[in-house]
Amino acid sequence: MKKTYYLFNAGRMSRKDNTLQFTPQDEEGKELPPKYIPIESVSDLYCYGALDANSALYNFLGKSQVAVHFFDYYEHYTGSFMPKDYLLAGKVQIEQTMHHVKKEKRMVLARLFIEGAAFNMLKNLRYYNNREKNVQPQIDSIEQFMEMLHGYTEVDELMGLEGNIRQCYYQAFETIIDEFTMGNRTKQPPSNEVNALISFGNMMCYSLCLGQIYHTQLNPTISFLHEPGARRYSLALDLAEIFKPLLVDRTIFTVLNKKQLQADDFRIELNRCIMKDAAKKTFVKAFEERINETIQHRSLKRSVSYKHLVKLECYKLSKHILGVETYKPFKTWW
Amino acid sequence: MPLTATHIAYYHLCRRKLWLFANGITMEHTSDLVADGRFIHENSYERRADKFSEVEIDGSKIDFYDAKNKVIHETKRSAAREVAHGWQVKYYIYLLKKSGIEGVSGKIEYPVFHQCTDVLLTQDDEIYIEKTIRNIEELTASPACPPKIEKKKCRYCSYFDFCWSEEY
Repeated sequence: MKKTYYLFNAGRMSRKDNTLQFTPQDEEGKELPPKYIPIESVSDLYCYGALDANSALYNFLGKSQVAVHFFDYYEHYTGSFMPKDYLLAGKVQIEQTMHHVKKEKRMVLARLFIEGAAFNMLKNLRYYNNREKNVQPQIDSIEQFMEMLHGYTEVDELMGLEGNIRQCYYQAFETIIDEFTMGNRTKQPPSNEVNALISFGNMMCYSLCLGQIYHTQLNPTISFLHEPGARRYSLALDLAEIFKPLLVDRTIFTVLNKKQLQADDFRIELNRCIMKDAAKKTFVKAFEERINETIQHRSLKRSVSYKHLVKLECYKLSKHILGVETYKPFKTWW
Repeated sequence: MPLTATHIAYYHLCRRKLWLFANGITMEHTSDLVADGRFIHENSYERRADKFSEVEIDGSKIDFYDAKNKVIHETKRSAAREVAHGWQVKYYIYLLKKSGIEGVSGKIEYPVFHQCTDVLLTQDDEIYIEKTIRNIEELTASPACPPKIEKKKCRYCSYFDFCWSEEY
């Protein structure tokens, strides 16, 4: 089973025969003993620290179909090195484009993404509502918003509805999270600890979805709910909506309520809150554990990881696009 | 896409698999079994490469062809004597015959089990292959994806997750 590797340390990654060699550097730039990573074990690399590499390495990574995702000092996603597309299917490309261009077809999928996302948000809220956190008001208003879902005929109206649902949902975080306050959702920059975690987690989820889409025939730039942006793989944004409540938000609740992350794991600068390196590591570790958790899949009748659920979502979407089977969004069933 | 031995093999395994494959939905990169088979192919009979050659004909790749004795060698991972394996090799013989090389025979080898099966192309087989080619062309050109077959057979297929992932 291939794994994601997270590089927090600065250092040099190079090709050593047919293996990856990572030579970390300490704070003074002195080289530490190299570590070796067998290429067969790598699905992708996430770079948070400064990475030195040459084109020979990228040729090697490209050939081995390993993507590299980069993040800046403030943990913003800055871009990816994506190996050459290796799964091209003309029919899927054309049908996916048709589902974007034909408004009725696009609306069907856009609605389903919101339906799946809202269902999974409600699932989280109900879970905590049963555990003496009163979030009933938020549950009620999200349910009310959901009733409006079929009245809309424009994609941007749906995006607005999605925004309202999410705002409601984030209000409940105030009740669910014990020690920290959330306030309003702020991005660019996140104003407090919870917002910083949401931004970081959402970006992890987005990269995960992108990584899974890459290994299917879907085109990551053609989306249905989000507008295809020039620089964004917007289909990954569509998929991430469905999985954020399960993968990101639950991880946030855990690390905060179990006090794995505390106030001194964050640094408040002028107008932004930054996660310290140790905090990022803790969160990434918790997130990795989360996505590798397995459940017994109902239709496959075998156990699958949460991460694999994202891939299955891509398959279901492909089937919908090809007219094989109508897409139903993933809904947490346990 | 030219019709290859893979089409012939999939035609005998599952029509849906054939349709998906022919429409560009390939899944082999996800399959540990396929990776395993490739490993066995690359690491069995290592000295053979000196004597035999890899032949590409009409888009189909014959892994080992012994030109002196006119024998096609095909290695398979599983001992399951799949009908599809036989037709794959018969199709190779057919392709060689079409390009003027007569009297070719085939050998399917199962290195893990130290077993092999001989394959010959009869006149009836040739008629059947030609009919099959027409069927495949018709099937893959159709806009509708064929239905799933019974799940028991699907378990080890690389398309299993694709076909059977559903929500209730």
